[in-house]
Amino acid sequence: MKIHNTRGGRIFDAANYVFLSLIGIITLLPFIYVIAGSFANEAEITRRAFFVWPEQFTLGAYEYIFSTPAFTRALITTVLVTLVGTLVQLILTVTMAYPLAKKNLRGRKLIMSLVVFAMVFSGGMIPTFLLVKDLGLLNSYWALILPAAINPFSLIIIKNFFQELPAELEESAKMDGATEIGILWRILLPLSKPVLATFALFYAVGIWNDFMSPLLYLSDNNMWTLQMYLRQVTAASDLLGTGNVDPTYIPPEQGIKFAVIVVATLPILIFYPFLQKHFAKGMLIGSVKG
Amino acid sequence: MTAPVVEAKASERAATLPPAPARRRGFAVHFAHYKWLYLLLLPGVLYFAVFRYGPMYGVSIAFKDYVPFLGVNGSPWVGVTNFTDFFANPDFPRLLGNTLILAFLNLGIAFPLTIILALLLNEVRLSVLKRTVQTLVYIPHFLSWTIVASLSFLLFALDIGPLFQFVNGLFGTNVDILSDPNWFRPLIVLQEIWKNTGWGTIIFLAALATVDQDQYEAAIIDGAGRFRRVWHITLPGIRSTIIVMLILAIGQMLNTGFEQIYLMTNALNRSVADVFDTYVYFVGITQGAYSYSTAVGLFKSLVGIVLIFGTNWLSKRFNQSGLF
Repeated sequence: MKIHNTRGGRIFDAANYVFLSLIGIITLLPFIYVIAGSFANEAEITRRAFFVWPEQFTLGAYEYIFSTPAFTRALITTVLVTLVGTLVQLILTVTMAYPLAKKNLRGRKLIMSLVVFAMVFSGGMIPTFLLVKDLGLLNSYWALILPAAINPFSLIIIKNFFQELPAELEESAKMDGATEIGILWRILLPLSKPVLATFALFYAVGIWNDFMSPLLYLSDNNMWTLQMYLRQVTAASDLLGTGNVDPTYIPPEQGIKFAVIVVATLPILIFYPFLQKHFAKGMLIGSVKG
Repeated sequence: MTAPVVEAKASERAATLPPAPARRRGFAVHFAHYKWLYLLLLPGVLYFAVFRYGPMYGVSIAFKDYVPFLGVNGSPWVGVTNFTDFFANPDFPRLLGNTLILAFLNLGIAFPLTIILALLLNEVRLSVLKRTVQTLVYIPHFLSWTIVASLSFLLFALDIGPLFQFVNGLFGTNVDILSDPNWFRPLIVLQEIWKNTGWGTIIFLAALATVDQDQYEAAIIDGAGRFRRVWHITLPGIRSTIIVMLILAIGQMLNTGFEQIYLMTNALNRSVADVFDTYVYFVGITQGAYSYSTAVGLFKSLVGIVLIFGTNWLSKRFNQSGLF
């Protein structure tokens, strides 16, 4: 189809392209400013209102934060919790999705409707907190992993994906005497690598970014994750009076805040291209097939 | 077009699975036959029972006077006292007002902007530009609220933040945007727009891709310009998607997002910043009023459910498509 473009249409196109380019750039500007600021010295940050390139390049802020035990501890903790948590969450999701993909498994419909109901209604913050407390998980990293271990959306999408794999694969494996677990492990999982990688990334981003769980469940400063540390560093002081900020706390210089933000953002930006490759598809499957 | 094929495949697959040999002989045989599958299912079912349905059972403390050492079951019932206390509390109208104002600002500003951005992206025929802009505007969705809040703290930092200087220069003022109650709501909406507008376009762009292209050809022959085509073909074409998203958004109205509001709250803006979500935290976790705060949370959830069914009913009544 050939669309005849009028003069007005061409003006609109030009304006639209310029406008959307601007939107794209504006979205990006805060990152560029923070990255530039993290390599600038304190005087420059205070003096120059906005810049995308530091006049004097310095690694001072990074040297400082990586020599701070509180920061390195938070960083290592967050990396470990993210790795272990992603693995646990993915295993739980896949092992539940596989049996649910079998249409003649009894109880399947009931379980599915209970899963869907859990998407609509949740107990809320306080009952969940009390449960975690009663399970003895306060000040345990499992409190950051287990309460959100299976995302119902991810579960349903992975289940649907298993359902759509060709059945012949399984049949021939069954002929060769493979068990159900063997089929899942040796046939379905290798076929689902891209899908599982996508959901692993979503789980990882969820744990890495989580602020509410550590706020609720970790009262010990030494256990803090990067997001908690970031909040302490960038909030001017304990304005809330909630006691979540260390009383001995001295507000750090601006450059350090910039550097901590960059470190907390970097893994997301590095993995973003992989995420982007799949998320649109994943989201649409989820919304269409529910 | 592809949906029926997929469905057929799925059912064919289900049919080819060996049926349980003794359907009539009851569950025990079925269970024995599929014991490995049930074993695989067990951890997930346990998870849902404990971490999803456990808290739902725990909601019962909203009608009790929860005493930690008596536990959920042992604490005495008090009826709806926690709810009546909440409605009589002077905090209630303030919380309701703050929550609703933020909700309507998001619904009135961020929601239409998402549709407008999707429409503008849909008009782009230069696919390189379209993909680049999409790539850029999706990024903030994946960042934590801690990072968004931290970025705001730096950009609006008193005296030295670039946006502090820009905004105050624009209005000829000299206020601390981060603590001034008047700036709290604009700041929250701005963050929401930056973080989620781009991401929100995905679903509308998918709907836009399904609009029948022949209609555009016919409209062009009839002499309709770009804007008339958007108004008379594109928008009606994605109407059902807009309605579904609107119903979902209205159902989520009272969920102002705990992390965002908590992170942006400070001693000076509490009067406008306190919403149901953060109130539950402050009263429940920091002050230990577990039953009372659970009642507040339950009230919020119930209103959400009423809103979602109400909007759906209204939408059907006016002959539009609904969610269910």
